[in-house]
Amino acid sequence: MTSRRYLTIGVGVLLIGLLAWGVMRSLERIAGVQPAVERIAEGPAPPPPGVPRITATLFYGSADGNELVAVRREVPLAEGTVPQAREILDAQFQGAPTPYASVIPEGTALRAFYVSERGDAFVDISPEVSTRHPGGSATELLTVYAIVNAVTANLPTVQRVQILIDGREVDTLAGHVDLRRPLERDFSVVREEP
Amino acid sequence: MRVAVAFLLFALLLVSWLHAQGTAPGAPLTLVSREGRRPIATTMVNGQELIALDDVAALFKVAVREDTLAGGITLTYQGRTLVLSADRPMASVSGRVVALPVPPVRSGNRWLVPVEFLPRGLAPLLDARIDLRRPSRLLIVGDVTVPRVTARIDAAGPPTRATVEIAPATPVRVTREGNRVVARIEADALDLGFPGEGAGLIDGFRPGDQPTTVFIVLGDRAGTARFTPADAGGITRIAIEVATPAGSDAAAAATPPPAPTPPPDAAPPPLLSVPRSVLQTIVIDPGHGGTDTGVHGSAGVEEKQITLQVARRLRTLIETRLGVRVILTRDDDTPVSLDDRAAAANNAKADLFLSLHLNASPIAGVAGAEVFYLRLDREGEDARRAAQADAVVLPVLGGATRTIDVIQWDLAQARHVDQSAMLATVLEEALRGAKVPMGARPRQEAPLRVLTSVNMPAALIEMGYLTNDRQQRLVRSEEYQNAVAQGIYDGVLRFRSYMEEQRPQ
Repeated sequence: MTSRRYLTIGVGVLLIGLLAWGVMRSLERIAGVQPAVERIAEGPAPPPPGVPRITATLFYGSADGNELVAVRREVPLAEGTVPQAREILDAQFQGAPTPYASVIPEGTALRAFYVSERGDAFVDISPEVSTRHPGGSATELLTVYAIVNAVTANLPTVQRVQILIDGREVDTLAGHVDLRRPLERDFSVVREEP
Repeated sequence: MRVAVAFLLFALLLVSWLHAQGTAPGAPLTLVSREGRRPIATTMVNGQELIALDDVAALFKVAVREDTLAGGITLTYQGRTLVLSADRPMASVSGRVVALPVPPVRSGNRWLVPVEFLPRGLAPLLDARIDLRRPSRLLIVGDVTVPRVTARIDAAGPPTRATVEIAPATPVRVTREGNRVVARIEADALDLGFPGEGAGLIDGFRPGDQPTTVFIVLGDRAGTARFTPADAGGITRIAIEVATPAGSDAAAAATPPPAPTPPPDAAPPPLLSVPRSVLQTIVIDPGHGGTDTGVHGSAGVEEKQITLQVARRLRTLIETRLGVRVILTRDDDTPVSLDDRAAAANNAKADLFLSLHLNASPIAGVAGAEVFYLRLDREGEDARRAAQADAVVLPVLGGATRTIDVIQWDLAQARHVDQSAMLATVLEEALRGAKVPMGARPRQEAPLRVLTSVNMPAALIEMGYLTNDRQQRLVRSEEYQNAVAQGIYDGVLRFRSYMEEQRPQ
């Protein structure tokens, strides 16, 4: 008897949620809200149909390994800066589309994301980003700036990014790049996608 | 036609020079290039030497466009673009940012830029080498050989011993012509560190009758002169020994030598009179150590082992050849924190900090060495400016004052970034010269943690990629490790010459 009641409540909540989402989406269309990144390019991994998406600029190691390449990929649309940042970073932490190389160690996951009043974003990442990092100044720079640039390029309100590991401030990922302070974007290591 | 062009250029320079008189004229620079020598006017504003942007445009055939709306100036040359913004002390060249000591200044209807703009901004725009040598007021453009020539008296004698140093090493022909020794140096021009006063049997060192000759003028009592040019450590040294004519020793003893400070005998001058060398202590930092192995090569090579091996080789090279104190931040397989490494260098009041590392890449093909120096973010730039503004002037015994810069300890590198950039440049050149394969981005500016707190010129050298199989084998070899050590040693020598030039005379 009780379990059936719970089931009914559950289904009800789900229905209300879906309805709310539908209303929000149609309101958005009416208000003409556009996603932050406008150019729609064909993502390397086509998304399942039905989920609203935006195009985000993500950063991968170039095929020759010397630089980052800015690649436009579709990520799920989310409401508000923080949920959208989560979607972008989740996509950034996935493997790279060919012919590029991922500069984020495998198994790295986003733990939390928040933005301070000063416009500094805090990206809290799982320890794999450090423990599984191959090391070396060059790759560490690419890893750090793939994350910093992915946040700042897609979220115009964010000026600087501080990387945290397991909720704590850290010195470096693998002994080289200074992570004690929030970092500004750096496009000097980035090549535009050909 | 050529005369007309030369006249036009001269008139243009004259006009710009006269115009510059309106503000506060600085001493002109001399531009040395394949095409010859020509003067460039400079202006002093608040102690900063500036050069007019339209002069630059005319000399180097660069197109300048001002964007009054955005408050920026755009320079274009063969499809490359440089952007200057009116209120920021930096320029962006093809997307890369370079720091300038001051922002561009408007003077009437022309823009003035700091002279440092030439080597830092214009050089990458033109894709040409531009070298600014302040003490000799030379601006060296393109692939021209302009060695630095310095001279010193080692012993007044008799016999009088002197050394002429040519850096970098350059072929030289030395002959005796009458009362002087003439050194003919195979170069396009010379960056002379004299005229210098002589002592004993040498009257002095003078620029020669040609732009590439040097006169060592001998005194009246000079007899035979022996001179032996030799190359060592990337520098050509001419050792000169002048003796009195045979049998005139008694006469020499009777008449006091005319030298300003004649020592009583041929003993070398006391060490106290030698100015403090710009390099007395060098700290070498072998990256990683202990549980922190650094990069792991697929064949089992660990970064921490190679960095220590090369550090030891480099220490031996510097100690035996330069006689400079070398401190290693670790001399065994122990972990040392990044702060402890910086503290070791700061506490030893080191003059140079060199961190050795090996690189890694997700792409196996990536190879080559890279030299890094610190990039300051906005906070660091603020710290640098604050350090200059907040200098504390303290009275010292005897009525003089001493200026002490106050800077946050963890941003100590902020005041050395310009010298560190130069250090990275000479290291890159010297490594290349030692046949060390360089990477696609051989010189980079990055916010590296170990460099931020060191209070001296500093660079981090990534000696190769352990993720590349060929390089993994290479970095283990004695030959490669010696080549890297030699390259860094040569870079240190070049940096020392640079620092000596910068030192107030």
